[in-house]
Amino acid sequence: MSIAIDRNKCIGCGKCSDVCPGSLIKLDGRKAYIKYPKDCWGCTSCIKECPVNAVKFFLGADIGGMGSLVHTEKNGNILSWIIERTDGTVTEIKINQKESNKY
Amino acid sequence: MESEKLITDILIIGGGTAGCYAGLTISERSPDTEVIICEKANIKRSGCLSAGVNALNAYITEGHTPQDYVDYARKDADDIVRGDLLFTMSERLNSVTERLEKLGLVILKDENGKYVTRGNRNLKINGENIKPLLAGAVESLPNVRIINHINITDFSVENNRIKGAYGFGIESGIFYTIEAKAVIIATGGASGLYKPNNSGFSRHKMWYSPFNTGAGYAMGIRAGAEMTTFEMRFIALRCKDTISPTGTLAQGVGAKQINSLGEVYENKYGLTTSQRVYGTVTENIEGRGPCYLRTEGITPEQDESLIKAYLNMSPSQTIKWIESGKNPSQQNVEIEGTEPYIVGGHTASGYWVDTKRETTINGLFASGDVAGGCPQKYVTGALAEGEISALSALDYIKSAELFHIAEKEISEHISEAEKYFSNADSLYTYEQLEEAMQTVMDSYAGGIKTNYRFNEKQLELADEKILNLEKLSENLHADDYHELMLIYELKERLTVCRSVIAHLKARKETRWHSFAENLDYPEKDNINFLCYINSKLENGRIKIIKRELVKEHETYEHSN
Repeated sequence: MSIAIDRNKCIGCGKCSDVCPGSLIKLDGRKAYIKYPKDCWGCTSCIKECPVNAVKFFLGADIGGMGSLVHTEKNGNILSWIIERTDGTVTEIKINQKESNKY
Repeated sequence: MESEKLITDILIIGGGTAGCYAGLTISERSPDTEVIICEKANIKRSGCLSAGVNALNAYITEGHTPQDYVDYARKDADDIVRGDLLFTMSERLNSVTERLEKLGLVILKDENGKYVTRGNRNLKINGENIKPLLAGAVESLPNVRIINHINITDFSVENNRIKGAYGFGIESGIFYTIEAKAVIIATGGASGLYKPNNSGFSRHKMWYSPFNTGAGYAMGIRAGAEMTTFEMRFIALRCKDTISPTGTLAQGVGAKQINSLGEVYENKYGLTTSQRVYGTVTENIEGRGPCYLRTEGITPEQDESLIKAYLNMSPSQTIKWIESGKNPSQQNVEIEGTEPYIVGGHTASGYWVDTKRETTINGLFASGDVAGGCPQKYVTGALAEGEISALSALDYIKSAELFHIAEKEISEHISEAEKYFSNADSLYTYEQLEEAMQTVMDSYAGGIKTNYRFNEKQLELADEKILNLEKLSENLHADDYHELMLIYELKERLTVCRSVIAHLKARKETRWHSFAENLDYPEKDNINFLCYINSKLENGRIKIIKRELVKEHETYEHSN
C-alpha cells in the first residue's frame, strides 16, 4: 500500500507532506518523497492535495495490486478518480460531491 | 532540544473527530476561552476520517428513542456497557448530525426534506470530505490555536490533578510544555498491537488508523488513571486484502455472509458484532472457508453505486474491483476478521469516566475512542462526546486555577526524550521491536494466528515477553524527531499491551467469542463476571478492580 511521486512533476509545494496523517512524506531538497512507504494507510489524502497530479496511489502486490496508478482531479463539485492500468487503458469515475452515497 | 512553554485555558490533545468538535463547542459557548489543539499530523485529514466515511451509523431515526440505542449497544456487548454514558451520548446524536450538515456534509434526504435512513440507526451521506469540513470550521476559530505535527507524550499530574502535558514537534524538534486548567484527551484508540492481516508491504492497510497508537491510553495508564474493559477487544469483519468496510455491502445491497459451499451461515452464530466475526472464524476452522459476502447477481446500478460509495471511504476496494476486471455483481467479496484493536468507539475499552466524561484524574476529560464504557459511538457518538467533554471542561475551569509545572519536572521530560538521541546505535530498531511485539500478541494473546483464542499460560508468557520488549525499547536510538515519535509510539503500544493482557487474564469467562475467547474458561459466567473489569497502575503494577455494573437508569459518579 503506497504512493508513487513523479519527481519531474513535483513542484515541492509540500502540501502532500503536510496533510499525510502519518507524516510519511518528506521533502528532499525541493521534491517530495515517501520516506516510509510501508506505513501508508491508503487514505489518498495526498493525491487529493497535490496541485499537479504528481502523487499517485497504487495497491501493493501483496493485496492483489496489478500496478494501476490512481489520482484524482477536482472540477467544481466533481471529484474524478482516474485509474491508469499498465496496458495504457484508463478508467475514470466521476463523483458529484453534492450527491450522497446510495448505500 | 529547544524548549517552549505554552499556557492555555483548555488543552485538547488530538484533533480528530472528537477533538475538533470539542474545539468547536468551546468556541461557540465561550469565545473568550483560550484553547490549544495539539495534533500529531494535520487536522485536515488526521484521525479515523482521513479517507472519509460511508455513513453515519449512530442516529436516532424516526420512531426510535435514545433508550433504543442504549438497548442495542447493551445487547451487542452482552451487558458490559455503561448505560448512563450511552444515554447521554445518544441524546446528542441527532443535534450533532444537524450541525455536521450545517458545516457542509451532504446527507441524503427524501422529497419531504427528511433524512433517508439505512436500517434503524444509519444515515446515508457523502463523507469523503467530512474531515476537511470539520477541520475547516475549527481553523476559522479565533480563540483556538491549532498546533499540527506535535506528538504529545505525557501528562503532567500532581496530587491527581491535571496540570498540562508534554510533547515535541516531529518536524521542528521543539519540546513543548503546555500548561492548562483543563485537558481533553481525544487521541483515539490503539492499532498495531497485534500482527495485522497484511504483514508485508501493505502492513498498514488495516481497519483502524495505524497512526492511532494508543497514546492517550498509555499516558493515562502511566499517570494512574483508572481504565475499563480493555479485555473487550474489537475485531472488524472486513473485505479481504483491502480491509475495507463490509457494512455497505451487508446493509446497502443486503449481501449475506456465505461460506464456500454457498450456505448462509450468519444466522447460525447470531448477529452481534462479535458473533459475526466468530461465525466466520468457525466456518474457516471447520473447513468451509473462505467466507464471502454474496454480491453476485446484484444489478448494474448497484455495482455503479458501490464502486462510487467505496471511493468515498475506502478507495482500495474500488481499485481492486477495477483491476480485477470484475464488478461485485460478478464476484462475491471475500471477508475475514482483522487483528484485534483496542478502541472505545466500537467496543468499551478506555478511560473510566463519569457522565461529564471526566476521568479519575481531576480536570482531565476523555472523549471519542479513548473513552471507555460507551461502545458503538461511530462518528456522531465521538462528536457527542467531544461536545460533552467540552461543556464539562468549560464548567470545570470556572473554578479551576492554573497550576504551574516545575522546571525540574520539565527538564526530566526533556532528558527522557533526548536520551534516545544519545543512546548508542542499538542492535535493535524500533521496527524490529514493533514486529516482535505484534508476534508476541498474535501468538500468545489471542491474535489471528490462534483464531483469537488464548489461555492463561499463554497470557503469562505474553506478559513476560512484552516486559522484555519494554526493557529493550529503552535502548533504542533515534536519528531524527520522526524516529523519536516512532519510539514513543512503540512504548505506548507496549504499555497498552500489558493492560490488555492483564484484563484478558482477569475476565475468567468467555462472554464475547473472538473478542475475548479464553480457552480455560469457555463459558459465560454471569455469577462472577457480570461486572466491569477496571485497572489502575500502582507502583509499577497493574491493579485489577472489579466494579459492579451501573444499573439501568442509574448514573455513576466518581466518589474520590
